[in-house]
Amino acid sequence: MIDVFSNALSNALSNDSRDDCVARLAGVSLRYGRQVALDNVTLTLPARRMIGLIGPDGVGKSSLLALIAGARRLQEGTVEVLGGDMAKTAHRRRICPRIAYMPQGLGKNLYATLSVRENLDFFGRLFGQSRQERDRRIHELTQSTGLAPFVERPAGKLSGGMKQKLGLCCALIHDPDLLILDEPTTGVDPLSRRQFWELIERIRGARPGMTVVVATAYMDEAERFDWLVAMDDGQCLDQGEPSALLARTHSDSLESAFIALLPAAKRRGHESVKIPPRLGTSDTAIEAHGLTKRFGDFTAVDQVDFRIERGEIFGFLGSNGCGKSTTMKMLTGLLPFDAGEARLFGQPVDPGDIATRRRVGYMSQAFSLYGELSVRQNLELHARLFEIPAARRHPRCHALLDQFDLHHVADRLPGDLPLGIRQRLSLAVAVLHEPEILILDEPTSGVDPIARDYFWQLLIELSRSQSVTIFISTHFMNEALRCDRISLMHSGRVLDSDTPAALQAKRGCDSLEEAFIAYLRDALPPDSASSGERTAAVSASLLSSIDAQPATNGADLPRPVRFSLRRLFGYAGRESKELQRDPVRGAMALVGTLLLMFIMGYGITMDVENLRYAVLDRDQTTTSEAYTLNLTGSRYFDEQPALSDYDDLERRLQRGDISLAVEIPPNFGRDLKRGDTPEVAFWIDGAMPSRAQTIQGYVQGIHDTYLEQRDRMTSTSPAVFDVALRYRYNPDVQSLPAMVPAIIPLLLMMIPAMLTALGVVREKELGSITNFHVTPVSRLEFLIGKQLPYIALGLGNFLLLVALSVFVFEVPLKGSLAALTLAALLYILCATGLGFLISALFRSQIAAIFGTAIVTLIPAIQFSGMNYPVSAMEGGAALFGQLYPTAHFLTISRGIFSKALGIVDLWPDYVALLVAIPLLALFSFPGLKKQEA
Amino acid sequence: MHTLANIFHLGIKELRALKRDTALLVLIAYAFSLSVYSSANSMPEIPHRATMAVVDEDQSPLSRQILDAFQPPYFLPPVPADRAEMDSGMDRGRYTFTLDIPPTFQRDLLRGSATAIQLNVDATQVSQAFSGAGYIQQILTTEVSRFLDTTGGREPEAARAVIRARYNPNLTQSWFGAINAIINQITMLSIILTGAALIREREHGTIEHLLVMPVTPFQIMAAKVWSMGLVVLIAAVLSLEFIVGGWMAIPIRGSLSLFVAGAALHLFATTSMGIFFGTVARSMPQLGLLIILTLIPLQVLSGGMTPRESMPEAIQQIMLLAPTTHFVEFGQLLLFRGAGLSVVWPQLLALGTIGSVFFTFALFRLRQSMV
Repeated sequence: MIDVFSNALSNALSNDSRDDCVARLAGVSLRYGRQVALDNVTLTLPARRMIGLIGPDGVGKSSLLALIAGARRLQEGTVEVLGGDMAKTAHRRRICPRIAYMPQGLGKNLYATLSVRENLDFFGRLFGQSRQERDRRIHELTQSTGLAPFVERPAGKLSGGMKQKLGLCCALIHDPDLLILDEPTTGVDPLSRRQFWELIERIRGARPGMTVVVATAYMDEAERFDWLVAMDDGQCLDQGEPSALLARTHSDSLESAFIALLPAAKRRGHESVKIPPRLGTSDTAIEAHGLTKRFGDFTAVDQVDFRIERGEIFGFLGSNGCGKSTTMKMLTGLLPFDAGEARLFGQPVDPGDIATRRRVGYMSQAFSLYGELSVRQNLELHARLFEIPAARRHPRCHALLDQFDLHHVADRLPGDLPLGIRQRLSLAVAVLHEPEILILDEPTSGVDPIARDYFWQLLIELSRSQSVTIFISTHFMNEALRCDRISLMHSGRVLDSDTPAALQAKRGCDSLEEAFIAYLRDALPPDSASSGERTAAVSASLLSSIDAQPATNGADLPRPVRFSLRRLFGYAGRESKELQRDPVRGAMALVGTLLLMFIMGYGITMDVENLRYAVLDRDQTTTSEAYTLNLTGSRYFDEQPALSDYDDLERRLQRGDISLAVEIPPNFGRDLKRGDTPEVAFWIDGAMPSRAQTIQGYVQGIHDTYLEQRDRMTSTSPAVFDVALRYRYNPDVQSLPAMVPAIIPLLLMMIPAMLTALGVVREKELGSITNFHVTPVSRLEFLIGKQLPYIALGLGNFLLLVALSVFVFEVPLKGSLAALTLAALLYILCATGLGFLISALFRSQIAAIFGTAIVTLIPAIQFSGMNYPVSAMEGGAALFGQLYPTAHFLTISRGIFSKALGIVDLWPDYVALLVAIPLLALFSFPGLKKQEA
Repeated sequence: MHTLANIFHLGIKELRALKRDTALLVLIAYAFSLSVYSSANSMPEIPHRATMAVVDEDQSPLSRQILDAFQPPYFLPPVPADRAEMDSGMDRGRYTFTLDIPPTFQRDLLRGSATAIQLNVDATQVSQAFSGAGYIQQILTTEVSRFLDTTGGREPEAARAVIRARYNPNLTQSWFGAINAIINQITMLSIILTGAALIREREHGTIEHLLVMPVTPFQIMAAKVWSMGLVVLIAAVLSLEFIVGGWMAIPIRGSLSLFVAGAALHLFATTSMGIFFGTVARSMPQLGLLIILTLIPLQVLSGGMTPRESMPEAIQQIMLLAPTTHFVEFGQLLLFRGAGLSVVWPQLLALGTIGSVFFTFALFRLRQSMV
């Protein structure tokens, strides 16, 4: 079926003029496990247009964009982008430099600890630009976007709007023909949003050949686009020019057009939100005066005042990071405030006061119920926590399931449910204990229009019939319009508070958005408010610098080079900068190894000493005393008070007071003289077998010595023979010289492997791995680039450890430092390679920690010859020990440290390490995908 | 009363969350079954398959008799060598021990003139070197006396040393290894489980959600302590009964209920420690490094790997503050030596005290980090 389809399509393509479309999708389906993200989508996107993908969260917009960008692997169907099949690696590689992709989430593909310049520089390197070219482009891009004054600021410290601009600059640094933006303006204040779209317009003016594909949840934005694709439930509902869509659905706004496009089943029961007038009571429910919160030198909330009446719906309108959530958290008592006053029901807010919590319901910004509990279990848990009596608990939960229409999902996990239903559950939990105040922090972000209206109907019901005071924050203008009164917030300050109509009237604007923008322009310092104008002035330079001829035909573009040192060092440089800026990680790695070296060097002693023993002397003669003197004189033993009888012996052995009990039989002296061969009994505590064996050896030795001495004194029998025992390499049998060369390999394995593994898995978890997927960087460049900083760190670590051994522990390095360093370098390459292999297997950081611990700790300690030589092991352990790099480096380390050997003597181990490095890389390749699965 | 109910229900929530995390459950199962088994058996008997080269310059019946005494599994067959090979082989780590039996060894011995066998030991092979050397000396002495006894060159021994090991008569390494592995797993898992559970709640924002409800940090923490502690405790007891007692057939002395009590106290301390780490670490990677940096000293220095009395005095004193030290001692007293409450109460008291201090401290930190 699909084959036929794609054949037909390619036939059609060959006849078609290719210039007219930038991407064609045919029969595309995508599944994540059992969940269907895209369901047989067939779509053609026209070239040189501004194309909008509209629809709520979770309908497959992002998946579709990721497929077009080549960031996600195609499962079913065909995707052709810029004249070639995206399933073909060669095509993807060829057109990759012509596509720019900015994933969803504010600054998700940016590196928070890197400055604006460093971020841009990194992307420039990935696209193989020379130093001069990068500097020129960074200068122009930052000038034209108004980021120029902030080039040295870390990306993580930029405001939402500036992050978006930086993301756009990163995407534009290589002059793409296809710009893919996934919800670029979600959560950004209206002024920044407007500036963002003006910027895009100017860039399109300069590069008319460029196609822009944007996903958005804001319908008002989408009205300005050239072409729209409406999506729902993984399917394409309709597409066309905005005016055509409106005409087809007989709607006056895109929002209502979208609702009209939805299948009938979804629309059923939907009615537009009507707000009945509030019956006036004027009791104050929430009150704040001069509320201020500082985080360090950053003032998050600055002198905020407001008063909310009982039963009122009060809105906070503002961008992400403007202080809405912080204010709400202070009111719930989650955050203490630095100055000002807040009152709930006339009582000052006290974080310690549990009683007020019972009167407040809070719904936080992110979904924060337990994903591991079913809907019903979540409700019941909260009912219990709010002490709803057992008799009322069940009916209450039942009533809520009814009221919020959750019955059909009662036994499912929230994680599997659409966002709209999850938000309903959150609200159900928030009102479970019938609070008088509801504090809702952006409850509807990402929820589709129908679910949002339904949600609002619930709110209105609560406010109007149950007189619940509702304090809600939002960045949707149409939601703000539904509130009784709103506060406009920006940078921690309330710009103004009033009814939406009054606010518009005050500024003389037709829409709330215009009014808000007018307020923002007043509030901003003059230079940044005019950044739009200034931008326009410099955009002339942008016009001249951007290559104005996009090649629409991909075939004539040169293939990007397969291996580029510039891209490799791009990754290496970025990784090491990140490492530098996370001092905790670096410090733990360096100080941690030194600390462990101390602990293990001093703590692990293989010589068993100070063994406590006691004697049960049942002879009590000078002969028996002479016998025990041998024990007393030994440095291994530490005599304890004599034993009185067998019970005492038993008890003290059991308590662990003594590890050896000596029983000298009655008549020992007499029997010895007579030659009756008396038997001295030794009782050893066998709980710790290795210690017991050592004691056994000591005891036998001491007994033999006694006999020998006695022989020499009493009889004529000659001293027979002697074992000349020589401990080689460590004649004094000290623990430190034996342990130090063994600990170095252990520590050098664990830390670099752990850091490398986390370095890669972090990118997966935080989302910046997309940059690897959508830029021309190859797997080998990524692999080496990511490892280089950790290799350097490992080498530094190694030198520290050697210095510590030689200067602090005074364990001499007998062989050549150069030879040892070479081996260490090879070994660290193995360690980081192993870390990389682990990172290819795991997706979450905690799993990577477990994985690294299991893969490095146990083999390195138990199977690599640290305590027991590899030759002493059998079967799997022995095989593992021989394959594992630690065993070889251990031999080298001991050889060079203690035996003064060189590469000539130890070459087989060097070779083994050399072979392991490419093998590890080879094994990690299959797990390291250039596309997301 | 309400506090208790909250603690109970929040704990049930933790258990339900754990139930859904298949990967973690597999890990716990592995840690208490296969991992215990393999750790127990990875400690070779000492010496075990020791490598040895022999320069036999005597080539007499006695020297051959001596060589025959080195038998597997203790020794790999001795490799005949010359002096040069003997040294280079040891340099490269091929032999841990080399013996040099001088020419005319047997004749000298029978004549009664002084003679010596040279035994070289590679001292870098830590544990095998020291105990192995003693073992070889014993074999040499025994073989020589047996030879002299049969050839009538010597009087019988004047006195005999009868050495018996209590609690583990054959000094089987795996007995100790298995119990020790369980003790280590208890510590590791309880710290990781609670620490990660706390970080996860923070990352997912659910901890904030809890704090706006009538729930106190004390209740949140107590719930994590009892639920995670219970999981580890049950896994440990099952492992002790079925893996150690059943599968590996290692005799366990002492009362199981007393062990459960001790383990519960230990878990009280270690889970509190996990919570504490959860409040210190800002992210999972930091938690991971923190856990590794503490687990290693805890395992290595608490007396489970090498005897405590041989460690430097300062370390012995410091390690008294660690719960593992007391728990290892408790485990040995109870499980090997079959001691009762009258003997182990100081360890229980120490565990309880350390646990309370940790709990209080972690609670203090949790309160601080929450606001």
